[in-house]
Amino acid sequence: MKYVDEFRDPELIVGASREIRRLADPGRHYRFMEVCGGHTHAIYRFGLKDLLPENVELIHGPGCPVCVLPMGRIDDGLFMAAQPDVIFAAFGDMMRVPGATGSPLEHKARGRDIRIVYSPADALKLARANPDRHVMFFAIGFETTAPSTALTLLRVRAEGIRNFSVFSNHVTIIPAIRAILDSPDMRLDAFIGPGHVSTVIGCRPYEWIARNERKPIVVSGFEPLDILQSIVMILRQMKDGRAEVENQYARVVPWEGNRAALKAIGEVFELRPYFEWRGLGFISQSALRIRDSFAAWDAEKHFLTPGVRVTDPKASQCGEVLKGVLKPADCKLFGNECTPEHPIGALMVSSEGSCAAYFNYEHRKSELVTVSV
Amino acid sequence: MTPVLSKIRFRDAQIEMAHGAGGKASRRLVEGLFAPILFEGSQDPLGDAAFVDVDGSSIAITTDSFVVKPITFPGGSIGELAVNGTVNDLAVAGAQATALVVTFVLEAGLPTELLEAEIRAMASAAHRAGVVIAGGDTKVVEHGKGDQIYISSCGVGHRISGITISPKTVRPGDRVILSGPIGDHGITILLARGELDLEADLRSDTRSVLPLVQAMARAAAPGIRWMRDPTRGGVATSLNELVRDCGLGAVICEDKLPIHDAVRGACELLGLDSLHIANEGQFLAVVAQEYAETALDALHRTDGGEEAAIIGEIREQPAGTVLVSTLYGSKRIVDMLVGDPLPRIC
Repeated sequence: MKYVDEFRDPELIVGASREIRRLADPGRHYRFMEVCGGHTHAIYRFGLKDLLPENVELIHGPGCPVCVLPMGRIDDGLFMAAQPDVIFAAFGDMMRVPGATGSPLEHKARGRDIRIVYSPADALKLARANPDRHVMFFAIGFETTAPSTALTLLRVRAEGIRNFSVFSNHVTIIPAIRAILDSPDMRLDAFIGPGHVSTVIGCRPYEWIARNERKPIVVSGFEPLDILQSIVMILRQMKDGRAEVENQYARVVPWEGNRAALKAIGEVFELRPYFEWRGLGFISQSALRIRDSFAAWDAEKHFLTPGVRVTDPKASQCGEVLKGVLKPADCKLFGNECTPEHPIGALMVSSEGSCAAYFNYEHRKSELVTVSV
Repeated sequence: MTPVLSKIRFRDAQIEMAHGAGGKASRRLVEGLFAPILFEGSQDPLGDAAFVDVDGSSIAITTDSFVVKPITFPGGSIGELAVNGTVNDLAVAGAQATALVVTFVLEAGLPTELLEAEIRAMASAAHRAGVVIAGGDTKVVEHGKGDQIYISSCGVGHRISGITISPKTVRPGDRVILSGPIGDHGITILLARGELDLEADLRSDTRSVLPLVQAMARAAAPGIRWMRDPTRGGVATSLNELVRDCGLGAVICEDKLPIHDAVRGACELLGLDSLHIANEGQFLAVVAQEYAETALDALHRTDGGEEAAIIGEIREQPAGTVLVSTLYGSKRIVDMLVGDPLPRIC
């Protein structure tokens, strides 16, 4: 399959794996954070840890939009879903994320009109097809998905559609990386930079990481070869004593980002003074709210949501895992009370969440077996 | 060798869509609620069909019900699925279907034209599969209380000579054979719903697998240990059920898996694992190593079996686990499907 198989070529992958072993100094331990949940998923799905030397450790970052969403926001969304004539529309990613009174999927089973959509434009189609209902789109995601929400709202305003609103839970990646770097328990050597987010924001916003923090960051694609090559690039920087922003994913990510997408975001959204991240706490200027000029379509203004803060179950250690301080299996609940079927924290829900990825692909891999058929 | 999971308790407070999706929740419902009450004391693993003794002869019996949206899709329709699905449940239990009885639950307002098309589709599928539809029943529910047509069917058959299927006979070193490309049905249905702006040249693989099973049986019957049609929940779920029932492990080679590019592409795009996608015209077989090549040859020489492949083997360790090995030598665990496959967007 084109654009996929080239990046899964066994010879090249084995070559990259060898190069990593050659570059990594056996006398030291490396800790690289992959910021993006898509990378976490790919690392487990492709079994990439088997191809890395033991002293190259990958730490899973906060780049999974559903994982960082605090429970209270889910409850707010489900409160909206419970209002008369409301259709709650969200990405499939959201459906199993637990709120205090259950997940959207559980609420759907109890009779709420909860639909899976593939884009905000599909949610808008729902609104057009159901003029006597109100469609609330539960928007999640980093800068990757924010442009499509923004473009949808621009169209909604142009068409004067009234039975549609957006509950914005869009967050921004840079403040999250900053919070991780400010956290005293973190000892990171470098970052594997997010690929999809960077298609929108470009590579410049990461320059402070290289300049001020003196840590290499390589924006990476999602295929096995992409990720391994990014690790090679990081190790080369470290060997040369460099700390730079490099773009491994240049086939998709323009250095300057996507201006049209950024413009749409700027027109519709503004930064919230602060926003709560699950596990990371309140981070200033880390999320997007809908501008007053679009207030008519802002679900937070349309519905009188309780806006209650819901704390995570005491025993769960989502925050530590999210920050990369703990490995998924080190959490007391992992695999016992908390499984993909009965998730307590969102990290166990999304296939991009490090707990689910670890549970699904890794933790029972008790011994390596070689096969020849 | 003891099964890895012996006692499952059903503790879910309500029934959700996941309980019908064919994955973990479905298994928990069956093993944790139905089986303890209905099959109290039975130690046998649950198969696709049961053998019952009727006046001294062994009869295979199975039942299946069909709810699919849309009811027609490229490559088939609900009527065809109902016939083929029932014939296949018997086939992978090692039995040849002889007769079916079918029940229709119809929604008031259903155009007769649609119903007639489905009855005709069933008639011709039954003809192709060599099975008689011996009777039926019809119920009508209020408009809005059903989804056009639901079909439930019950099939009986007799044992294909020489085959005995049981996970308990599976041994380390046995080979895992797959009859053809995976995921065609599930992805076809997903696209036919029209919710995604995706198009692909794909058709459901719905068909009777009986001719393939028979061909394999003629060539390698004593070596056939276990079979299953990987419908909802896909190949991953079927193999996980196997390893839990037999207490062994399975290793699948990713590059040996037959799969069409359109299915791979859709799965990549939607963040789905093709091993979790439903099939309606394929089966998995575990065959003793010394019979594996013969069984595969027999499939290759049968119409519709050209793409069959040995996709992996049974291992002692890791017990109760299905591993996929990649082209470049890394491994990952593939678990049963959890809930419905939900596309990943953000």
